[in-house]
Amino acid sequence: MNTVITSVGKLFSSTAAPSQGQNILNNALQLIGIPMMGIAVFLLLWGTAAQNIDTSLGKFPGPAAVYEQFGSLYNEHIAEREKAAAFYERQEERNAKRVAQDPTYEPRIRKYTGKETFLDQIFTSLLTVMSGFFLAAFLAIPLGIAIGLSKTLNTAVNPIIQIFRPVSPLAWLPLVTMVVSALYVSPDPMVAKSFLNSLITVTLCCIWPMVINTSVGVASIDNDLVNVSRVIRLPALKHVQKIVLPASVPAIFTGMRLSLGVAWMVLIAAEMLAQNPGLGKFVWDEFQNGSSESLSRIMAAVVVIGFIGFLLDRTMLQVQRWASWDKSSASR
Amino acid sequence: MSVLLNISQVDMEFPTPKGSFTALKGVDLQISKGEFVSLIGHSGCGKSTVLNIVAGLYQATRGGVILNDKEVTEPGPERAVVFQNHSLLPWLTAYENVELAVKQVFGKSKSKRETKEWIEHNLKLVHMDHAMHKRPDEISGGMKQRVGIARALAMQPDVLLMDEPFGALDALTRAHMQDSLMEIQAELNNTVIMITHDVDEAVLLSDRIVMMTNGPAATIGEILDIKLERPRSRLELANDVEYNRLRSEVLRFLYEKQRKVEHITADSSAKKTNKDGQEKAA
Repeated sequence: MNTVITSVGKLFSSTAAPSQGQNILNNALQLIGIPMMGIAVFLLLWGTAAQNIDTSLGKFPGPAAVYEQFGSLYNEHIAEREKAAAFYERQEERNAKRVAQDPTYEPRIRKYTGKETFLDQIFTSLLTVMSGFFLAAFLAIPLGIAIGLSKTLNTAVNPIIQIFRPVSPLAWLPLVTMVVSALYVSPDPMVAKSFLNSLITVTLCCIWPMVINTSVGVASIDNDLVNVSRVIRLPALKHVQKIVLPASVPAIFTGMRLSLGVAWMVLIAAEMLAQNPGLGKFVWDEFQNGSSESLSRIMAAVVVIGFIGFLLDRTMLQVQRWASWDKSSASR
Repeated sequence: MSVLLNISQVDMEFPTPKGSFTALKGVDLQISKGEFVSLIGHSGCGKSTVLNIVAGLYQATRGGVILNDKEVTEPGPERAVVFQNHSLLPWLTAYENVELAVKQVFGKSKSKRETKEWIEHNLKLVHMDHAMHKRPDEISGGMKQRVGIARALAMQPDVLLMDEPFGALDALTRAHMQDSLMEIQAELNNTVIMITHDVDEAVLLSDRIVMMTNGPAATIGEILDIKLERPRSRLELANDVEYNRLRSEVLRFLYEKQRKVEHITADSSAKKTNKDGQEKAA
């Protein structure tokens, strides 16, 4: 397929006349036209392949079926919201009546407990991944700086990092679940236990790339810059703030981008495994449901997961471009 | 003249896996206020080590350095260093690079306006006032080195230490920088120790040239007084008898008396231990 695309690309570029207007047009074709063509070829292949796969739940969904599902998933969301609104309305009416009968009665608002829609699950997953990611950054960056600055600390901590780094966070999941349910006991919990489980799993998976990249970035600061800091006698904290932190920003961001990508993948798996709310649960529920529409709904979720992963990465890249002085490190 | 800086019987040994390596042995040098001293010698002879000991970045194994009757034990702004590859912080503009040093060194003793004027004054001194809000990656190598010099000058050091300041520049830029440095020197009359590989540069700029023997256990071989009149002009000096005599003195020392015998293996290992990884910058 690659060769097809490149040869099409050559077709476009070889027709180029040296005038500038045509150049711009050509660039636009290269930038938009060729990716579009790639997508079109992919959709075509997908559609043909899908027609030839028969499962116990019917044919494998093609692009059209998935597209249809997006519409109905959105409609379901709207319908669910209307139901919820109606529920609260009824409740309010009832409460108002009771207060009218008995002025001492204190009305209680009961929460609507309908099932989460696709859009709710997307929101939950995004919230979880971002919270876990920021918690990891909050822990990992100071730790990475400390490790990068101190050879002794590095030697002490390195074996632990090396052993825990390759462990899939999913292996931690049962332990996390048990520890959370043992320690997180409160009559009025601020966040759900399931949310906390997913969050800690994400954190566990984000923390290692961030610690390693930060520490490597800090340890590989140009010796001359450190000498400059020594000559002007910057105190330790100012040294970290003025020299170490800015110098290792590119490395820190590389670690953050890496870990966010992995975190998003792991989170979906964790949600499937632990039945915690989120896109993973949506996929698993549809699979268990086994209706004739399940496969296309799952496929829709797959596309959305991919799209969100892509957007997360692009967003990180933009933040990196904005925050980092080393523009070349952000171009990859 | 009274002695400002006394480098007294300095030995330097670096520990290596194969035992200690003696880089310097009995380096002894006195420098007066306002003197411009060049250190010249083959690469790997320990010039940079001497400079780093004066800067306080290294500690001498034996002997020591006394500046203004105080022993040097750590780096400090009174011994500002101009590094070979400028070592500007790449995320700060030229102005901010100088500012970081000025704020740290003078702190609250200068008001906001005084600080600003002092930074701009120093950047003007090195002819960088037109590009002071540019970042290092937006200016040329020579300009970066100018900013590095401005940063060092802005600390008002007792001794200015320059580690092959123009080594990484092309010949034309280097000549230009040397002229600028002479101009600044005529105005400020700083005490300077400069490391160089370049014989012409040494003769043109210095009051004294300190020639170092080859390592290991390098030490001062000869000291040459340069009594050429200032201001010096490179064009006029090109045909000057005294200038050419001094120049050939240095050349004779480097290429006859201390001719570098290249033992590939021994030499490269000596370099590594001796210059502590700084060689890669050369």
